[in-house]
This record gives sequence, structure tokens and C-alpha cells, in this order.
Amino acid sequence: MIRRKLEENFFRILMVLATIVVAGSFFLIVGTIVYKGVPFMNWDMVTKIPGGGFYIGKEGGVLNAIIGSLYVAGGATILGLFISIPVAIYINMYMGGKNLIANTLRIAFDVLFGIPSIVYGAFGFLIMVYFGIRASLLGGIVAVTLLVIPILVRTLDEVLRTVPRELRDASLALGATRWEMSKVILRQIRPGIFTAILLSFGRAIGDVASVLFTAGFSDNIPTSLHQPAATLPLAIFFQLGSPVEEVQGRAYASALILTIVVLLITVLSSLLAKRFSKNNIR
Amino acid sequence: MTNNPHISIQHLNVEIGNQQILKDISINIPNKKVISIIGPSGCGKTTLLKSFNRLLDDTADVKVTGKVLVDGENIYDPDVEVTHIRKKMGLLSQRPYPLPMSIYDNVAYGPRIHGTRKKTDLDEIVETQLKATGLWNEVKDRLHAPATRLSIGQQQRLCLARGLAVEPEIILGDESTSALDPVSTSIIEDLFIKLKEKYTIVLVTHILRQARRVSDYIIFVYMGKIIEFGPTEELLLNPKEELTKDYVKGFIS
Repeated sequence: MIRRKLEENFFRILMVLATIVVAGSFFLIVGTIVYKGVPFMNWDMVTKIPGGGFYIGKEGGVLNAIIGSLYVAGGATILGLFISIPVAIYINMYMGGKNLIANTLRIAFDVLFGIPSIVYGAFGFLIMVYFGIRASLLGGIVAVTLLVIPILVRTLDEVLRTVPRELRDASLALGATRWEMSKVILRQIRPGIFTAILLSFGRAIGDVASVLFTAGFSDNIPTSLHQPAATLPLAIFFQLGSPVEEVQGRAYASALILTIVVLLITVLSSLLAKRFSKNNIR
Repeated sequence: MTNNPHISIQHLNVEIGNQQILKDISINIPNKKVISIIGPSGCGKTTLLKSFNRLLDDTADVKVTGKVLVDGENIYDPDVEVTHIRKKMGLLSQRPYPLPMSIYDNVAYGPRIHGTRKKTDLDEIVETQLKATGLWNEVKDRLHAPATRLSIGQQQRLCLARGLAVEPEIILGDESTSALDPVSTSIIEDLFIKLKEKYTIVLVTHILRQARRVSDYIIFVYMGKIIEFGPTEELLLNPKEELTKDYVKGFIS
């Protein structure tokens, strides 16, 4: 009896400690960014492009990077969805979801998921060299799209696998074609699509390596797909690397902005997910 | 049983993986009657039912041989359009699965995919079918509310209305009352009895009392084979086969 009690307590304490470590590091990270970033935060940071020196100046703001990041992450997520939804639907609704090809594809996407983003950056760079495209918004979007497709496909795949078989049978039994049935299923998984968007957007907006060579960097807001675009993570990278202390401080302000953008996207997508799930069966 | 069977099954074999689920099934389902398929769990009742509208097609590693004739047309013929076969049959599953849309759109879904677009036509179909399933008075003020807000019993009647809206000839029920409370169960059973004037109804059930209450004929399936087929009272009270006798008495379950 005593042994069982000891065991129970031991593992409970272990779990509590693990939770404290995770929660503690979360608050430490956010706390550091807020603590070091807030003194350098001002209205100029989010409304102006850099000024007072080439590349990362001491004045102005990082509006170029904010807009650039939204363009790259948003464009890649939208482009990625157009490719991933058909793939996920095809694997699950047309191939039956359980056969050898479907499972091989799943493994392939898992491998792609695990490939470091610098590889996507290098691959995207190769494609750009081949087509003679310079570092630009277009190049960045293409490289990041490649990066997020595995995330989108695997998330949508998992969501599709939770749809009860009877729901598919219900629409098929009414004489629906597979595509008509898939449209019903897509309505059912709309909340899951928003989760996929969130995960993809979060990865896309925070990634440095894939945009390093492909999107380039610029102090200006891109006005066409062929112009180079700044991104927040790269801005932070350059600012932190600066020997000037003031510029280093601005890196934390940029990080704070990046965190807030991700937070806003998270809240927005969970609100939308809720709104679109009112008709769902559970 | 009758001169012109509605569904005629000839030497149907179904294999899933390496397991033979149905073995050489041959049977004629009479027109505009209620037929119950009874038998112990895992005997192949549901597979038999699903073979009627080719829902088995979607199962992995399935192999079907033999013929299923509906109105004289072999539905397993490669030239047959599967959506056309399924439109002829309404399916009512174990638990209600309303489509993720409003009450109105659930009933209108079938007619819409088969080409009915006019709002007045759709309105009429929705009203007719909701009345046929006794749901109209309960939902007429909230037709555009999500179907999931209804009670389980109401949802099952909605699913029946949705199936009837494509003007089928046959209703297939797969233990359609097993998730319902006694009151909803008896409403659904009464609906079946009423609907047999216009439809042929095939039900899978494991409740013998239900089979007795609603059906005209009973098919007893055991280990993938049809053991006995006959009029309800005769099969239940005076079974010819030993196995049927044992099952009806409760010795096999």
C-alpha cells in the first residue's frame, strides 16, 4: 500500500514540476521581450519605415518588415491551402485513406515536415536562380509555401480522419458524388481548417532561414511581387547583430510586435473557428 | 414470395480483406413491405444492407461477386451510375448524422444535388417531407437553425425526411432506433409502418420485438448465410430451422 502511495505522489510531483518548467519558460520569454522591448516601443515603430542610416537605422520603425512578413506568411498560407486541401481530400476521400499509397504519402509529408527550413530556402533559391528571379517577395512566398505545405496537409489529414464515416455515408447515400460529399465534409472540418491556417501562419511568419536568400531585405515596403521584402524575423536578426546598443534594443521591440501579430492571428482564427462550427455535428 | 421482387439478390459473396463476410446470398425482397434482417452481432447483417446501395464500394479491400438486381437492373454492373442507384434508396444509420448545415438545408440537400434549384420547389419538398416525418410543427419556426440543435429523436426523423426528399423507392434502416429513447423509437417504428404504403423498407435490427412489431417478413442471417426467410409470425413462432429456433429463444446471441 505504501509503495503505491509513494509511486502516486512521486509521479504527481514530477508532472507538477514539468508543468512549472514549461509555464515558467513561457512567462520568462514573454516577460523578457516585454521588459526589454517596451522602452523602445513607440508609435513610429509600427507606422514608419527605417530611417537614419542604411538598412537598420536608429530612427523610424519596422513597418517595412511588418508588411513584408504579413505578405510572405499570408501569401504562403493562402497558396499552401490551395494546394493542401485538394491533397488532403484526395488522400482521405478518394483513396479511402487507409491504403499503401495514402500511408506512403503521409510518411513523405512527415519527412518534409521535419526538413530544416534552410533547406527549403536553399531549394527556393535554386529555383529562383534557374528562372532568373532575384530575391523578391515572390521568391519568399514560394519558398515559405513549400515550407508550410507539409504542415497544412498533415493537419488537414488528421482533421479529416476524425470525421465519422457515417457522415460520408449519409451524403453518399443521398446520391452525392465524391466531390459533393467532400464539400459537405469540408463544411464539417472548417474549424480544423482554421487550426491548420494558424499553425501554418505561425511557422511562416517566424521563419528566418527560408526567407534569408529568397525574399531578401529592403527598407521599403514592397509594391510588387518582384521587389525584395523585409520580414520581421530577419529584421530582428539584423538589429540584434548591430553593434549599436539602441538598435539592439529595437530588436526586442520588433520581437514584441511579432509576438503581438501572432497573438492577434491566434485569437482571430479561434473566433472564426467557433463561428463556423455552429452547424457541426459532434 | 411475390411475383415481382423489388430487390433480387443472386449468389452474392462479399469478402473484406481475407474474410468472407457474406456467403452465397440469394433472396428476393418483396415490393412495398417491411423486411427485417435479424441475427447475432457480426453475422453480416449490416454488410448485407450496405450491399444494396453499394456503400461497400468505399470500404478498403472489399470484393463483391454476384448480382443485386433493383427493379431488374444489376447494380454491380460496371456501366451503372452509382449515384443513380443510391438515389433510389434512403439510408437511416444507427445514430442520426445530420449534415453540418441548417434543418432546411439538410432536407433540401438531396434535391439540390440532383438538380432542383427553384426556391418554391425546394420549400414545397422541405415542407412535405417534414410533415411526412411529423417534424413540421416542431421545427417550422426555426427551419434555418442548425440541425444539431434538435434532439436525437428529432434528428433521426430529420435524417429520414432528408432521405425521403430524393424520392427513393426503398428505405434502408441500420439499427435506426438503437440510439433513441423509447418514445422516439416508437415514433420511428410507426413511421416505418405508415411509409410501407409507398416504399419497400429493409431494416437491420437486433431487437426481436421490434422486428415483430414492424415487419412483414424476417430474414435470419447467421455466420454470413441466410438461414431462414419467411413471414414474421411464422418465422418467430414456428421456425423451420434449428438455428432460427435457438436464436429466437435466445440461445444464440
